[in-house]
Amino acid sequence: MPQTPMVDHPDHEAGRSPSATSPLLSVRGLKTYFKLDEGIVRAVDGVSFDLFAGRTLGIVGESGCGKSISARSILGIVDRPGKIEGGEIWLQQESEDSPAIDLLQLPHEGAEMRAIRGKEIALVFQEPMASFSHYYTIGNQIMEAILLHSTASDAAARARAIELLGMVGVPNPERRVDEYPFQLSGGLRQRVMMAMALACDPRILIADEPTTALDVTTQAQVLNLLQRIQKERGLSVILITHDMGVVAEMADDVVVMYLGRAVEKGPVDEIFHDPKHPYTQALLRSIPSIMAKPRTKLATIEGSIPHPFARPSGCPFHPRCPDAIKGLCDVTEPPTHALRPDRAVSCFLYGDAS
Amino acid sequence: MLAYIARRAVLAILTMAAISVFAFIIIQLPPGDFVDAYIANLSASGSSVSMEEAKSLRALYGLDQPIYVQYMKWMSRVLVGDFGESMEWHRPVAEVIGDRLWLTIVLSLSALLLTWGIALPIGIYSAVRQYSALDYLFTSISFIGLAVPNFLLALVIMYFSFVLFGANVGGLFSSEFDLAPWSVAKVWDLVKHLPLPAVILALAGTAQLIRIMRANLLDELRKPYVVTARAKGMPEARVIWKYPVRAALNPFASTIAYLFPYLVSGSIIISLVLSLPTVGPLLLKALIAQDMFLAGTIVLLLGVMTVIGTFISDLVLMWVDPRIRFQMD
Repeated sequence: MPQTPMVDHPDHEAGRSPSATSPLLSVRGLKTYFKLDEGIVRAVDGVSFDLFAGRTLGIVGESGCGKSISARSILGIVDRPGKIEGGEIWLQQESEDSPAIDLLQLPHEGAEMRAIRGKEIALVFQEPMASFSHYYTIGNQIMEAILLHSTASDAAARARAIELLGMVGVPNPERRVDEYPFQLSGGLRQRVMMAMALACDPRILIADEPTTALDVTTQAQVLNLLQRIQKERGLSVILITHDMGVVAEMADDVVVMYLGRAVEKGPVDEIFHDPKHPYTQALLRSIPSIMAKPRTKLATIEGSIPHPFARPSGCPFHPRCPDAIKGLCDVTEPPTHALRPDRAVSCFLYGDAS
Repeated sequence: MLAYIARRAVLAILTMAAISVFAFIIIQLPPGDFVDAYIANLSASGSSVSMEEAKSLRALYGLDQPIYVQYMKWMSRVLVGDFGESMEWHRPVAEVIGDRLWLTIVLSLSALLLTWGIALPIGIYSAVRQYSALDYLFTSISFIGLAVPNFLLALVIMYFSFVLFGANVGGLFSSEFDLAPWSVAKVWDLVKHLPLPAVILALAGTAQLIRIMRANLLDELRKPYVVTARAKGMPEARVIWKYPVRAALNPFASTIAYLFPYLVSGSIIISLVLSLPTVGPLLLKALIAQDMFLAGTIVLLLGVMTVIGTFISDLVLMWVDPRIRFQMD
């Protein structure tokens, strides 16, 4: 078992990688499959990426590309019939000297893994309405996380919950703590969700479409809050979204996913200014621009996402790709080609094949 | 919140008044009256009743007056706790029903508790371990339970206990306690007799409840709040008990309302088969004999129990579901 995973980063310590240290979280060749009666859905099919301390990693892609399942795989909470079939998820431990641990080697329901969930890695969800139970007060649901991972008394946990609510900008936290989720607005609920995730001071926050269900002004507030908290606490954030605008605003590094694979990785500026993969290029073309000529048609990506059971052979994007090479892209899966230590693309247009 | 309860209480009382009218109309619906049935009965055994006698009988029971007068007379006495006299038994209705009401309630409640006690754990297991071998087993058994009529099961059990053990399983008491006054020994005798009818009575409900609980919980298990709880690092068993099971149990609070009368009236056939001293067989007999005060009282009781059950389930729902508690103001 390697102590520091560096499969895709042979020389990243010497290169211009974002930090000279090894990544805080390193996902390698993650495979999460759903075995259904109709066949196997490869929701996540060999995804690799790194999260560095204090930075934000944006994972983008259309719905159904495996973003959320990747996040749940990291926490080991994929619902049946989903199952992690392979890969490694290395988490750097709190003290720099101790070796990183592979989360996939820990039993999913074991105490060690449960101690990581919520305590080391916390999750913020889309749908703040459905993500709370309506039968318990928000205070109860926040305190629960605190009581699970510490020896705090009920009173201390409650005080901490009130403090957290104040920190995420919930007005009247002393009163709100005893309210039920359905008594709050969508924006407030997402703030409470954030307070719940931060309850145990995690090192990594995974935000799964945190703003999708909110209106635009509330979205901006929640994103600002996320940025503020990240700065204050030195959090590392994995931000999962389909919104390229949110990525541009928030992320330091970007992974573009398509049909369960990471097709392109790189620093946010390069992804936006010099996209390599035809899919990334198409995604960026389809962002509405305020500078566009009025009454021009918005660019869309040709075709639609293939049915999960009818996954195309070769490169999964080839049926929609304007640059597909016949006889190559539809036959062989493109390897991941590292352009630089922190920049990679899975496409035959680059590397030796081109 | 108090305003809500008060409104519910007023509605409940109005509903009971309406039920009393319908109860009275229903027992008047069959052609003829008690005296006709009485005469038919007597002439079947050879004796006859003169016109004068019939007339005086009708006057005695007030049957010669218009229906609304009869209703008002009946109600004015019911309100002070006098349910009239059973024409067939020649004893006050309250006395005829007497212990039967309590025995019915005891039997129904035992059946209800048994239903919940068996069905909820099995339903939870079936949902959490969906498509496991035990889930399939429970599913098969509960479908059989749904399909087999209760009275048939009662007959089969009676037959086998008689053939195999020579035991007569009918009744709620051993013969020596049947007419004995209440004592500790009699209560113990009741406790020994209760399980079999309670199990038979509970069976269909149990099967149904397993299916409902399984379906409810399967829905809840897929909700995002379950993932939230898991992501906090809660042990799986605690996640399931605290969140989805809590949500899946909610609908059961509202089933209390219809379970009561269902258990009381639904037990008629079983009570006849097992010769249980409950209200059901009494109602059947009273209806056949057109014993209107007795039948009316029982129908009224069933209605009132439904209303009270609904009221209780409203209160329970309010207690268990904060959304109802906070949204009614």
